[in-house]
Amino acid sequence: MINKKIKEKDLAIITVIGKDRTGIVAQVSQALFEEGANIEDISQTIMEGNFVMAMLVDIKSAKKDIKALRVKLEKLGEKIGQVIQIQSEKIFESMHRV
Amino acid sequence: MPLKYSAEEIYETAKVLTTENFDIRTATLGINLLPCVSDDFEKLRKNVEKKILGVAKDLVNKANKVEAKYGVPIINKRITITPASLVLESCFTGDAKEDGKKCVEFAKLLDKIAQKLKIDFIGGFGGFAEKGLTYADQILIESLPEVMAQTERVCAFYNLATSKAGINMRAVAKFGQVVHQISKKTEKAIGCAKLVVFANAVSDNPFMAGGFHGPQEADAVINIGISGPGVVRKTIEKNRKDLDLDKLANAIKQVAFKITRAGELIGREVAKEIGVKFGIVDVSLAPTTKVGDSVAKILEAMGLEKVGTHGTTAALYLLTDAVKKGGVMASQSIGGLSGAFIAISEDIGMVESAKEKVLNIDKLEAMTSVCSVGLDMIAIPGNTKTTTIAGIIADELAIGVSNHKTTGVRIIPVPGKKAGDYVKWGGLLGETIIMPVHKESSDEFIWRKGQIPPPITSFRN
Repeated sequence: MINKKIKEKDLAIITVIGKDRTGIVAQVSQALFEEGANIEDISQTIMEGNFVMAMLVDIKSAKKDIKALRVKLEKLGEKIGQVIQIQSEKIFESMHRV
Repeated sequence: MPLKYSAEEIYETAKVLTTENFDIRTATLGINLLPCVSDDFEKLRKNVEKKILGVAKDLVNKANKVEAKYGVPIINKRITITPASLVLESCFTGDAKEDGKKCVEFAKLLDKIAQKLKIDFIGGFGGFAEKGLTYADQILIESLPEVMAQTERVCAFYNLATSKAGINMRAVAKFGQVVHQISKKTEKAIGCAKLVVFANAVSDNPFMAGGFHGPQEADAVINIGISGPGVVRKTIEKNRKDLDLDKLANAIKQVAFKITRAGELIGREVAKEIGVKFGIVDVSLAPTTKVGDSVAKILEAMGLEKVGTHGTTAALYLLTDAVKKGGVMASQSIGGLSGAFIAISEDIGMVESAKEKVLNIDKLEAMTSVCSVGLDMIAIPGNTKTTTIAGIIADELAIGVSNHKTTGVRIIPVPGKKAGDYVKWGGLLGETIIMPVHKESSDEFIWRKGQIPPPITSFRN
């Protein structure tokens, strides 16, 4: 049953890279809330001097498809001075899990 | 559900996909045209048009859809067909003039279809002549200059040698002349950029200009060419400058593994969307004219002041081998050419080195014995003798035959230009300096014709 539920999800990973500043999590979360994407997990760290935030989101019931979400997030990124990307979780799985 | 990936993994992936120019260089749809064969040329044309338009109608749309889904660009969408000599053979009547016209008409049809489907290149206008030339081969080869003059998107190839059969020197001599004729018939000799002659040509190569859909393949297949010279260079630059070469090879292997896995995922999805079989992933470091996409710059990142200097062949060997090993580990469907391409005009670093006369044809020939292709996109003086062109081709094919590997030649004598001049084609084909060739004659050797026998190592039965 649990497995079945997991399979039904459409997972994507959002990465936010840039200088650390206040309000990033809030603004990205707000944008995702507006589109009906569900945040499953968040982690953040500093890599090579960059603030890196990764979010696992389920976009199964989102109002927009991944392409449109990407456009929205990229725009938001420009506004708040961060590079924001959204990628299918499958890419991460193929590249990092044997 | 928690994140399964570490911050490093996520950061690395994000960078590969944005700043390091990882892309699917081509999604190439191979189509079997043998069922379209007819002794009635009009009927054959109709069959071919119906077949290609039918199978490939969604190629561009569907590839764009997958591109949007994964955010990984699929740069080129292309088509390869069954070698034209096999398709056209049955409609030839023996009247050389009429049959030649059919070749040109057929090529024009392919050109029109490609245009309709918004595809920049359609490959497979060629055949196999490693052991002998059929009547159809002779007609088709003879038609190539006219075909190149009258079409824009048709790519031609001919296989002139294999490790099993040796080198057909009669055909090589002929191609010395054909290349020369094409150079005179097309603007800035651009037709020559769309013709590759091979030793040991592979039937599932997704890259142009030498791609074709071999008769041993399924009816319709998606082959993927993935590329990431930028990703590999960044990997090298990220490591210490004095890192041992075995450890460097390992780092390249790992990154090749990752990009192959991502490429295969996307390739399979494209095939599924179109509803055809998935063929192979060709993991090749292919340059483009963008600075970040230079293979020369990878070799220089390893510690060579300029590509072409001593040590270049060794560095290229390490690179090609590591890319292959990473790719083979990542996917059971590795095929095509898989390795590193050293096209000159398409690679800014190669052009820079050629300008400074560090890189020359002789060094390039040596480099091709350890990388996946051959002498590629090399411009030579327009007045180069046809026997000299044939000699260059013969040398390159001999490397392939002797080493049981694919080698190709895509060489461009540019009319009116001499060594040291510059030629600009623009777009994908780039620009380059005209490289000098040896002045001493190869005439008598080439005009002997005949067949150079295969190596003893091919007699394995």
